[in-house]
Amino acid sequence: MRQAELVLALIMGLVSASLMWKSAELPVGWIPDEGPGGGAFPFWLSAGMLACCVWILIRWVRNPTGVAADEGPYIAPEARSQIIVVTIALAVMIGLVHIIGVYGAVPLFLVFYLRGLGRHGWKLTTAFAVATPVVTFFFFEAALKITLPKGYTEPLFYPLYDWFM
Amino acid sequence: MNVPIRSAFAAAAATVLAVASTASITGAAQAAWEPLKPVDFVIMAGKGGGADKMARLMQTIVEKHDLSSKPLIPINKPGGSGAEALIHLKQKAGDDHTIMVTLNSFYTTPLRQPALDVDIMTFTPVARMAEDTFLLWVHADSDINTVDEFVEAARAAGNDWIMAGTGKGQEDELLTTFLNNAYDLDMKYVPFKGGGRVAKELAGKNANSTVNNPSEQLGFYEAGKTRPIAAFTPERLELFSDAPTFLELDQDFVYFMQRSVVGAPGMSAEAAAFYQDLFAKVFASDEWQTYRHDKSLYGDLIAGDELKAYWQRERAIHEVMLKEIGEI
Amino acid sequence: MEILTHLLEGFGIAFLPLNLGLAIFGCLLGLFIGAMPGLGSVNGVAILLPLTFLVPPTSAVIFLGAIYYGAMYGGAISSIMLGIPGASTAVATTFDGRPLARKGMADRALVAAATASFVGGTISIVLFTMFAPPLAAVALVFGAPEEFALMLLAFATFIGLGGDDIPKTFFSILIGLVLSAVGLDIVSGQPRLIFFDIPGFFHGINFLVLAIGIYGIGEILWTIETSHKGIEVSQARLSIPRFVDSLRSLAGTAKTMVMGSFLGYFVGILPAAGATPGSLMAYGVAKSISKDPDSFGKGNVDGVVAPESANNAASTGSMLPMLTLGIPGSPTTAILLGGMVIWGLEPGPMLFIEHTDFVWGLIASLYAANLFALILNLAFIPAFIAVLRLPFTILAPVIFILCLVGGYAPTQDMHDVWLMFLFGVVGYLLRKLDYPMAPAVLAIVLGPLAETSMRQSLLIGHGSPAIFFERPISGAIMVVAIVLLALPLIRLVRRAVRRSADA
Repeated sequence: MRQAELVLALIMGLVSASLMWKSAELPVGWIPDEGPGGGAFPFWLSAGMLACCVWILIRWVRNPTGVAADEGPYIAPEARSQIIVVTIALAVMIGLVHIIGVYGAVPLFLVFYLRGLGRHGWKLTTAFAVATPVVTFFFFEAALKITLPKGYTEPLFYPLYDWFM
Repeated sequence: MNVPIRSAFAAAAATVLAVASTASITGAAQAAWEPLKPVDFVIMAGKGGGADKMARLMQTIVEKHDLSSKPLIPINKPGGSGAEALIHLKQKAGDDHTIMVTLNSFYTTPLRQPALDVDIMTFTPVARMAEDTFLLWVHADSDINTVDEFVEAARAAGNDWIMAGTGKGQEDELLTTFLNNAYDLDMKYVPFKGGGRVAKELAGKNANSTVNNPSEQLGFYEAGKTRPIAAFTPERLELFSDAPTFLELDQDFVYFMQRSVVGAPGMSAEAAAFYQDLFAKVFASDEWQTYRHDKSLYGDLIAGDELKAYWQRERAIHEVMLKEIGEI
Repeated sequence: MEILTHLLEGFGIAFLPLNLGLAIFGCLLGLFIGAMPGLGSVNGVAILLPLTFLVPPTSAVIFLGAIYYGAMYGGAISSIMLGIPGASTAVATTFDGRPLARKGMADRALVAAATASFVGGTISIVLFTMFAPPLAAVALVFGAPEEFALMLLAFATFIGLGGDDIPKTFFSILIGLVLSAVGLDIVSGQPRLIFFDIPGFFHGINFLVLAIGIYGIGEILWTIETSHKGIEVSQARLSIPRFVDSLRSLAGTAKTMVMGSFLGYFVGILPAAGATPGSLMAYGVAKSISKDPDSFGKGNVDGVVAPESANNAASTGSMLPMLTLGIPGSPTTAILLGGMVIWGLEPGPMLFIEHTDFVWGLIASLYAANLFALILNLAFIPAFIAVLRLPFTILAPVIFILCLVGGYAPTQDMHDVWLMFLFGVVGYLLRKLDYPMAPAVLAIVLGPLAETSMRQSLLIGHGSPAIFFERPISGAIMVVAIVLLALPLIRLVRRAVRRSADA
């Protein structure tokens, strides 16, 4: 915890500074007769973020309390591997949406999660992996007319569109 | 890597399609192109604005008369004064299922943000559905009835005269700059989000004047809250026949807001022909004609190369105007 | 009396079989749409538009009213059950609704939310019926300076909602405000903070992207970690005695409900404000007038009742500027406006005079929708509770998928899904170190309204802040806001002084 507090405050400080730099693309000063320039609002607020990070860092050095004094692990060790696996699985699923679309990525993710992580039986896994995309299609595409991304699987849906849209 | 996946799916899809089509389509259907999937109907402005209302009206007409086998799905992309929508369309080059409703930011945004690297002349022209008109409005409680009285009052107020408008470096500001230059005024332009909001600022006396479209001010006008004093049109509008045109007042100035539909660059000729035909039908529908009349819209239907020539002309005009106000 | 006649006629219209059927169906649909993170009443319009040529405009608007109310009720369900606010109006409901669900009292929270919504809806509809035209006049004079003053007041009422860690609370507010600045600077017309020139940033960062990221993905990651110690998401049960008990316990919150309803309604009628600031202010006020302010955020029923009564009251309120001024107070009313144009109705001051059947049919159907939404909502509570009893390894992936689809639906851009994922992971990491997340979510909603109105005002006032105090309405709100903002600071200083005196 104590190390994480330091590292995260440093990273957020860097983020604040780069936000300030990015905001400065537009005028950050006070334009006479008009008020603040276009970049002023994000610039000075980012400066405030930076100040908060500095405050957190000073406190970390001089008077650590709470998480800054906690020598325990940042993420509970017994959960660490699972958190990492889930995060990566999520990223892979979102990435796959670009290629095989929602209706390809979602069942794969469900199979991985329910079977691989949840250790549920194949019957339940298959039921969810099939039912979720079907319900999604009818609720979002047929009823609400929100088309979800399909990637390269798009042509497979042409006949479905003919029937339901 | 992508190509084999794509072709594998395409092959699979072709099989499915072949089965589906032999079942449902008879010989004659070969001729005309039809959309295979719902069509992305991009709107270059936010929800509730003039462009949005018009786009949703078009969509409704298409559905009501069953003009297209697949629905048009409206997607608002107002970001960056339309920059987001323009880039989206540019990235969809060659796509037969993406069309967009545009307004004058179609000309001004690429001119003001050359970094976007968008050339509007590459886009596929579909149809110009209308040209929206502009009038100069003041509050009905003011003593201003003519442009002369307006000029007198605005000149006396100098920089305290508030002209509310939509967006920066766009239609309303161009018109404000024109008035400032033509009558030697120093009105202050304050941008708001959306024409409805601008109209309300005038009705609530938080602004001194606006250059709204008729559709935006109509409600307040009918309630006796606001008054048009001049029109930026070639002839007087039927609905506001008391308001003279600026041409009558010896100012050589006419300005319109285009409402046209464009397709993604490099769209196939068959698809372009389908959309041109589709919007020609929308244009001819009773609903559209009624709307045109009720909201005092100008402009006939133009399509294809004629529309392209129109864009060319309008873009040149806007380039001059933007240079004049120092935006580019 | 004229109003009553109109209203009775309106009820006659609302209770025609077709309209009644549409109202019930709309409520049901709205309930499910609203309960889905990322979807709100706006999406109901997708169904409404094709319907408009099957049924007359009045029936169509009744359907929309039903979807609108159903979705407002449904928003609370997602906030309480999943901890993900489905819409910005339901953010404040998560503050206490979620802790209640975690404590196994999801049923109590759901009953409280439904009842409060009903009370809020009813009070606001009565207010709407009686005072619509005079209030429209107030909304009309509300300009940019007043809007800024109101935003400042909203900030002031929830300044005390953050965690105990001052620099981290400020950091959270500030990062929310900075993220809200992404996109377009409306005053100069320049694109702003377009990171790496990715076009997805042009439309700014949608509140939902941050909220679903933090409360959806971040929350599940958090639960995965803590559930290793054997905590289930929620173990609510429902029985008739518990239900009666829940209702009885609500008697004590009557004051909060009435307060929330009035506050929500009056904030809701102001153009551009809408239901979100109303619900936040109601929560802040409920906390400050409570005898037990420390229990807020840990599962106080008053903390559910206040925002829920306020957001429903405000949704009715926001119909007022739409109908009388033609200005949409929210995306939903914006689309309704578009629909009215299609039906050939001109929103604006004349609507109340020329189309009385439409206006009063709408109002009467809001009454009806409100009642149906309550009944349906209560009827479905057992089903919602049953969902919560699913094993977490089933619930978690389903919620992830809801997040994916919910993050995509509003803008239909995968860019936002990636951002949501990023916010979820970063939010989780920050939250572990006691960075409070709610202030960031609230700031991203109010930030754009506050900045734009401030700069428009300064433009009008030649760059002088005096404009906020010269105008009577804005001046009065500003003074209240500044006093509220100053109070915690004064308290802080006094505490510091006392501490140094002790030492």
